[in-house]
Amino acid sequence: MTHAATTSVGPAGDGRADGLLHDCRKAFAQALHDLAAENDRIVVVCNDSVGSSNLVAFARDYPGRLFNVGIAEQDMVGVGAGLANGGYIPFVCAASPFLTGRALEQIKADVAYSGAAVKLCGMSPGLAYGALGPTHHSIEDLAWLRVLPGLPLVVPADPAETRAAVRWAAGASGPAFLRISRSPVPDLPVPVQDLEPGKATVLIDGGDITLIGNGTLASRCLDAAALLAAEGISARVLNTPWVRPLDEDAIIAAAVETGGIVTAEEHSVHGGLGSAIAELVVSRSPVRMRILGVPGQFAPTGSTQWLFEHFGLTGPGIARAALSLLGKTGD
Amino acid sequence: MTKLRSRLGSAAELGDRRDWLEQAEPAERAAYLAAAATMLRRRDLEMITTAGMGHIGGDFSAADIVATLYLAVLRVNPEAPEWPDRDRYIQSKGHASAILYATLAMVGFFEDDALNSYMAPLSPLNGHPDRRHVPGVESNTGPLGHGLPVGVGAALAARLAGSSRRAFVLTGDGELQEGSNWEAAMAASHYALDNLVAIVDRNGLQQGARTEETNALEPLADKWIAFGWDVRDVDGHDHEQLYQVLRGAPFAAGKPTCVIARTRKGHGVSFMTDRVEWHHKIPDAQQVSEALEELSR
Repeated sequence: MTHAATTSVGPAGDGRADGLLHDCRKAFAQALHDLAAENDRIVVVCNDSVGSSNLVAFARDYPGRLFNVGIAEQDMVGVGAGLANGGYIPFVCAASPFLTGRALEQIKADVAYSGAAVKLCGMSPGLAYGALGPTHHSIEDLAWLRVLPGLPLVVPADPAETRAAVRWAAGASGPAFLRISRSPVPDLPVPVQDLEPGKATVLIDGGDITLIGNGTLASRCLDAAALLAAEGISARVLNTPWVRPLDEDAIIAAAVETGGIVTAEEHSVHGGLGSAIAELVVSRSPVRMRILGVPGQFAPTGSTQWLFEHFGLTGPGIARAALSLLGKTGD
Repeated sequence: MTKLRSRLGSAAELGDRRDWLEQAEPAERAAYLAAAATMLRRRDLEMITTAGMGHIGGDFSAADIVATLYLAVLRVNPEAPEWPDRDRYIQSKGHASAILYATLAMVGFFEDDALNSYMAPLSPLNGHPDRRHVPGVESNTGPLGHGLPVGVGAALAARLAGSSRRAFVLTGDGELQEGSNWEAAMAASHYALDNLVAIVDRNGLQQGARTEETNALEPLADKWIAFGWDVRDVDGHDHEQLYQVLRGAPFAAGKPTCVIARTRKGHGVSFMTDRVEWHHKIPDAQQVSEALEELSR
């Protein structure tokens, strides 16, 4: 499966590996709409993002339960905290750069520190806005949020995992951050039904090296493993939707059993999944790592797909990093 | 505490006190609330001098507002702090934590003894309120400009729930320089939240100087009116004025209410009154003695 050649985006995934690529926002919106039918405490707060958060159907069918506060992210997050205080389950939906960047202090004080059960939904994160540039890229969101205690961070990899994340968040008693990808992804081979906090899944078992990804990069780690297999290298692939809590056991087992880890994420190489894994591994079972993502720079102009290629966030790019770690190339 | 309750005879419940105050003559009601506010200032002074930290100027400026709310206006239940239909009080000026804690203790959310640990290591009573550790606190504040958006959400929740409960937010005046307040002010009038009351503690001083010398707020009432609010101007140290406006809001259907409470920082102790340095200065022993003397009259 190669991403560069397949750009068509299919309908909201039904959980089958149909070979099409999906925009996870559709699965997100469908799951939220379904839950809203079952639970009238579910409400939405957004920032002039009804369309970009795929909330048109929610607005149509539950108009009294969607609060579009306009282009006012600080107010948006505070309003979410007030609704949670009043017994509701607010999903606060906005483009991730503006949700997390503009309203970071509200996320810290009103949500995480207050323990308010606000479900923060960072839409179109990472490089999803492509050529709109670094103002619209959200490659810092996990770094900013990972230092806030009490805020689980979930990065789903496909439509099924996105639906499971929404269901988990709606039922959780505390706050959460869901990072909902826009860049097209295929279904993972085995659709998840429910998310268990802090659990990674082994997509492929292997003993020579471990590739760890989440979100848009999980399936690309699978692509890399296929390329490595052709070179006679047995790569383990871990999908880690939980940046917090991390699946410490699965990661330490991978370190011990395979001796090297490559991480890949649609995020800065500083402060995200790779950093979280490095912090864990270095203190419990140090092994060599490669952390793939956007290096410490503002991205140049280019489409999302072009930027993925540019930064090596592709199956071949991940495979090259693995070969380098194994000393098999001069990369 | 004993003295306050003794005036109520056997009535120990906050609701009973609220009912009793409602039926009392205005002069009697005002005298009761004034006595309570003076007790709160004395307790606040003890807390801050024991801790060697705090924000006494803003505490004293807000004391009459907070006392009036908790003793005479808010429908809250100290024995069930999470009662879903309670009124919400969100103190956006989180640095005035000591006066909030003293008031919560006075009305029975926790024991008065707890106040002795104010800002001590591992105390639940942090310099800024933490709802996870202090019953009665609705949202964690401290960074300024956070309370009003939360109040908008609380008022929306009340409407969704079909409840007559109200949301009250107390802001400092300097903190109105934070843009988040005006985002929330727009939303409150857009959603016609007449179950929301914003109270501005208009003491005219921020941490370093007068508001009007720093980043002028005036004409403040006109700003709120322009944002679609019904504005009421009161003397923030006149308990009967505070009682009537806080109990009576809203006065305009479909409009949120802004109460501009004209106050003086450090009110109650003459050498602190309207002096910018008393934002967070700690009185020495002689000053404590003089302050207590004034707060005993």
